Amino acid sequence: MTTLSTPSSNRPRRRLKLTPGKIVSWIIVISAIIIILFPFWWVVRTALSTQREMLANPKSLAPVGFTLINFARVLGQVDTATAVAAGGSGQQINFWLFLRNSIIVAVLVVVGQTFFSALAAYAFARLRFPFRDKIFFLYITALMIPGIVTLIPNFLLIRQLEWDNTFVGIIAPTFLMSPFAVFFLRQFFLGINRELEEAASIDGASKFGIFWRIIIPMSGPPLATLAILTFVTTWNAYLWPFLVGKDEGVRVLTVALAIFRSQTPQGAPDWTGLMAATIVSMVPTLVLFLLLGRRVVNNIQFTGFK
Amino acid sequence: MEITAVSHPNAPYTKPPLLKRLFNNETFLAWLFLLPSLIGFITFFAVPAVRGLYISFTDWDLLSDPKFIGVENYVNMFQDKQFWRSLQVTLYYVLLNIPLQTMLAIGLAIMMDRVTQSSFIRGLFVMPWLLPPVIVALVWLWMLDPTLGFINNALQAIGLHRQPFLGSPDQAMPSIALINIWQYTGYTALLFFAGLQTIPKTIYEAAAIDGATERRIFWSITLPLLRPVLVFVLVTTIIGSFQIFDTIAVTTGGGPVDATRVITWYIFEYAFQRFQMGYATAVAVVLFLILIVVTIIQMRILRSDESDLA
Repeated sequence: MTTLSTPSSNRPRRRLKLTPGKIVSWIIVISAIIIILFPFWWVVRTALSTQREMLANPKSLAPVGFTLINFARVLGQVDTATAVAAGGSGQQINFWLFLRNSIIVAVLVVVGQTFFSALAAYAFARLRFPFRDKIFFLYITALMIPGIVTLIPNFLLIRQLEWDNTFVGIIAPTFLMSPFAVFFLRQFFLGINRELEEAASIDGASKFGIFWRIIIPMSGPPLATLAILTFVTTWNAYLWPFLVGKDEGVRVLTVALAIFRSQTPQGAPDWTGLMAATIVSMVPTLVLFLLLGRRVVNNIQFTGFK
Repeated sequence: MEITAVSHPNAPYTKPPLLKRLFNNETFLAWLFLLPSLIGFITFFAVPAVRGLYISFTDWDLLSDPKFIGVENYVNMFQDKQFWRSLQVTLYYVLLNIPLQTMLAIGLAIMMDRVTQSSFIRGLFVMPWLLPPVIVALVWLWMLDPTLGFINNALQAIGLHRQPFLGSPDQAMPSIALINIWQYTGYTALLFFAGLQTIPKTIYEAAAIDGATERRIFWSITLPLLRPVLVFVLVTTIIGSFQIFDTIAVTTGGGPVDATRVITWYIFEYAFQRFQMGYATAVAVVLFLILIVVTIIQMRILRSDESDLA
């Protein structure tokens, strides 16, 4: 893990003098931004276009035959005949349901994993007990095991427990801990000044009281960072929810999108519908990012988490 | 045992109730704190890892009980041409992806460092990284569509030939590499950007006074001082690339022919389409060993033990 400091704001502001070097740098940075942003625009443009007109005019940079029907279609707001007329495959789709499922899964995992990992991290950072360092070493080792190795045994376990196609099955492997979360929070807790805890301890606070009233409130930024990263990881996961949660009742957005794509007719995929569904799936992440963007950006740099 | 709560000196000593005593017992409390995560760790990390190793020595189709067959899965694997082909395809992907992505990211980070500290711009750079790979793959599947895709229309507009991209065995893997470069370069650039902020300005000023050229400064100052970040970025992105799956699942499904049948896709096919759990797990174990070797080699080459990362 890298521990890099965030860009220091006390660095003197450089003077705004445009040298040729700076102009070239700006051109490169702006080109990169355009390359990053353009596909987003293309998604929006496609989702707002009428299927037929888009096929006739694939080059226009603006929406052709502006319409909101694609969103209505993927959110299950129109009847099948209208949906088919607008380019759908006739499959009943309802992204509201999948959106709800994704939110349930992500919220449960974020709350559970953050809380239980924080408890464990506190024990590793502050409490003395037998085998502490040995157990911690095992946790760290798990950090290095690639997901694919435990994937098949976990899939078999969930099947044997008959937890497949339930929310419990989808969240189980990540609900109680992730090695990264424990490691990350332990590093932070170790850095908290002990004096405050000792003072509280003298005043009669229990260890749990210290954890709950001192450590947790003092750890806002790292807990928030971890929660955001866990949210994004859970929201983006595809293979695991695909394996254990294909039923519509628990199907999350990523799985729904992949299935939606595989159902659209070969040769003439329902691109306008797909792109509308894509936007629906992006919105929660982008909203979260707009609200907490600065924090994410600044904290990603010192967690170096992928 | 250690009682941390100290009662008031003047208060008459009364034995605290059992629950309170237990909660003040550090060892007991520590285990209580640890318990949920320990259950998760044992159930979904430790036992599956060991069980996976065992499953890899069995023949198991999920219908009947696993049958112990020793190293047969491993022998079959090493004799399977498709296994070697999938390793080759995976390596090809890593080589297409990592060098280009890393160089672009370093370049972008340096350009950004020269002209802007704006966290808004940095926010734009990480946006693709935040999105599910499934969505990014879908978006690019559409952008690269042979007939209607924006890229092909743009190529045609500037007088170039239309390309099949994901539809051709030669171009499928480079296309997938480009998709992932689009998704991860901004994020990687941000890591390098943060690394650049840790290099003291005075070093650059001293070099400038000594008349060092930009190129010289890059090779002699910037790059060596970025090494801790470089090690971290390379280790994590290479491990990640070896396990590419989602993009392939959405775009090519391992095709055309076997051009993008990477090792994880090969495992997926055996486990969840042919239901040969033993064989698939054996391949996963081999992938794990490969990753360990690759990581150790990288650490050696990049001398990470000498950095503050070790």
